[in-house]
Amino acid sequence: MSIDVVNITKTYKAFTALDAVNLHIPTGELVALLGPSGSGKTTLLRIIAGLEWPDSGEIRFDGADALNRSVGERNVGFVFQHYALFRHMSVFENVAFGLRVRKGADKLPEAAIRAKVNELLALVQIDWLAERYPAQLSGGQRQRVALARALAISPRILLLDEPFGALDAKVRKELRRWLRQLHEELPVTSVLVTHDQEEALELADRVVVMGKGRIEQIGTPGEVYDTPATAFVHDFIGESLSLPADVRGGRLFLGERAIALDSQGASEGPARLLARPHEVDLADPAQAPFFGKVLAVRTFGPIRRADIQIVVPSGHVVVEAAVPFGEGLEIGSQVGLVPRRYRVFGAKA
Amino acid sequence: MSALEPAALAQPLASDGPPTLTKQARAQNGHRPARTEPAAVRIALTLIALAFLGLFIGLPLLLVFVEAFKRGAAAYVAALSDPDALAAIRLTLLVAAISVTANVIFGLVASWAIAKFEFAGKSLLITLIDLPFSVSPVVAGLIYVLLFGSQGLLAAPLQAWDIKIIFALPGIVLATIFVTFPFVARELIPLMQEQGTAEEEAAISLGASGLSTFFRVTLPNVKWALLYGVLLCNARAMGEFGAVSVVSGHVRGLTNTMPLHIEILYNEYQFGASFAVASLLALLALVTLIAKTVLESRLAEEEPR
Repeated sequence: MSIDVVNITKTYKAFTALDAVNLHIPTGELVALLGPSGSGKTTLLRIIAGLEWPDSGEIRFDGADALNRSVGERNVGFVFQHYALFRHMSVFENVAFGLRVRKGADKLPEAAIRAKVNELLALVQIDWLAERYPAQLSGGQRQRVALARALAISPRILLLDEPFGALDAKVRKELRRWLRQLHEELPVTSVLVTHDQEEALELADRVVVMGKGRIEQIGTPGEVYDTPATAFVHDFIGESLSLPADVRGGRLFLGERAIALDSQGASEGPARLLARPHEVDLADPAQAPFFGKVLAVRTFGPIRRADIQIVVPSGHVVVEAAVPFGEGLEIGSQVGLVPRRYRVFGAKA
Repeated sequence: MSALEPAALAQPLASDGPPTLTKQARAQNGHRPARTEPAAVRIALTLIALAFLGLFIGLPLLLVFVEAFKRGAAAYVAALSDPDALAAIRLTLLVAAISVTANVIFGLVASWAIAKFEFAGKSLLITLIDLPFSVSPVVAGLIYVLLFGSQGLLAAPLQAWDIKIIFALPGIVLATIFVTFPFVARELIPLMQEQGTAEEEAAISLGASGLSTFFRVTLPNVKWALLYGVLLCNARAMGEFGAVSVVSGHVRGLTNTMPLHIEILYNEYQFGASFAVASLLALLALVTLIAKTVLESRLAEEEPR
């Protein structure tokens, strides 16, 4: 089932949670809404589910208006951030809930409910926990129950709010792969909310980067990482080395000094130059566009990073650059920086 | 003030682990004796507490039963099977049944609204629920006399329709409801607020109706707290004296509840009979106490984890 978000706006008193958001999600895709807290991603997910109503705009499922349908009628599976399992019900009853509350012609006989629940528990690999209560489960197991419960109503759309937020790193990684597989097996369109870029980049077909109630960029994980559309996306996804600059007459300046780098058509005035730390080469200070003083060198695992203090008109900034293992950098020495790949954004972008 | 500061500063350093300790963790820390007072001090303190309890609570309670059975079991049974005593017991049970039912319904509705929804006037409602705790029961009784009494505000329409409220069952029930108003709601509101709305949202997203969500999710999640509230509400409803005394009119065999009947018997120097009826109320208190202890352990299960 495809999802269309058309011009959705939502405000809470003075705070604009969503500002005219448009998004099309084709059938069968797994999309991640990625952004810092307060970017509106959870609000958007809750509006798609019907747990919240927008001030204006439309939500369409397969082209049909969804806003005139209540949560129950939309038939979406929703996995809550802290699972929201029914604490007084066993795992089995939690999963059976969506089937038991059906009325009239949709009501299933007990045998059919049992069969369906057992099938779901087997699918999420926790059939041996059927008689336990939520309080007796680990975080990862609760997550699986929450998913099985959401899938019990055979949803065509699966919405997940920070599904791995409360898990430790190892379980998180394992569940991530498993969720991806599950998505492939089921006929669902999935939307996942996360503030964890690694999770979004690894899991999703497409990533929707959100900031301050707006969509900053929509693209495949490769696109949003390699060609960020805005400075915000560049900053938010992956590591960034950021330097203030000026564009004057189509040329790039650091203070009064012209820099031998392309301004990439950024608008006149203050701008920012952004690069990935591993795409910056160290060079002779005299020949590099930037240079600065080495403050510290750190090594963690395969990565080696240096803090370099660069003098700019407003004082100085400290940036992080990757250091090759062969290179001996002396703390306090001057070193030049040559970005191999970089992006220039006008101050407004 | 300055003498206290070093201790206050040292505290966060002394505790190992993050400040947001779970309940279990706090309980475990509690096993370590934080202060070790000399044995003599500990024993003395315990003895003082026990002596105080025994003198002011245990002894009077014991005395109620001693006085009740002073003239033998036959006199005890006779005192309780007196028609006026039976009428008082019946009325007390009836009043308690009505007012507890009313307050359960009101308490559930009010706490559901307060804990799960946002609306204007919410804090006013919370304040109003607490009002009966701060108003003297006598004043509560008086309010109803001023409203429904023969000189009251609504006297004329009530007389026209021939409805008797004061000096009759409705007045006693109203006064009891007023006094026992907060018990159920006060027990449920904090628990429901702590549990939040996520489980209700989950139920609704799975296709449950509002009513079905309430009976399948909200109510089972607070069942022990509700029972606890009912227990306290019932104990107070049966034992209420002040408010009921004002509105009842003390008509023997008609509008006398057990506490009022006890007072009348006592004032007529029928100490044996008076204490016999009193022993029933004392028994209720003991049963309530035991049930309360049992419920408190169940209540811990409902706390959000």
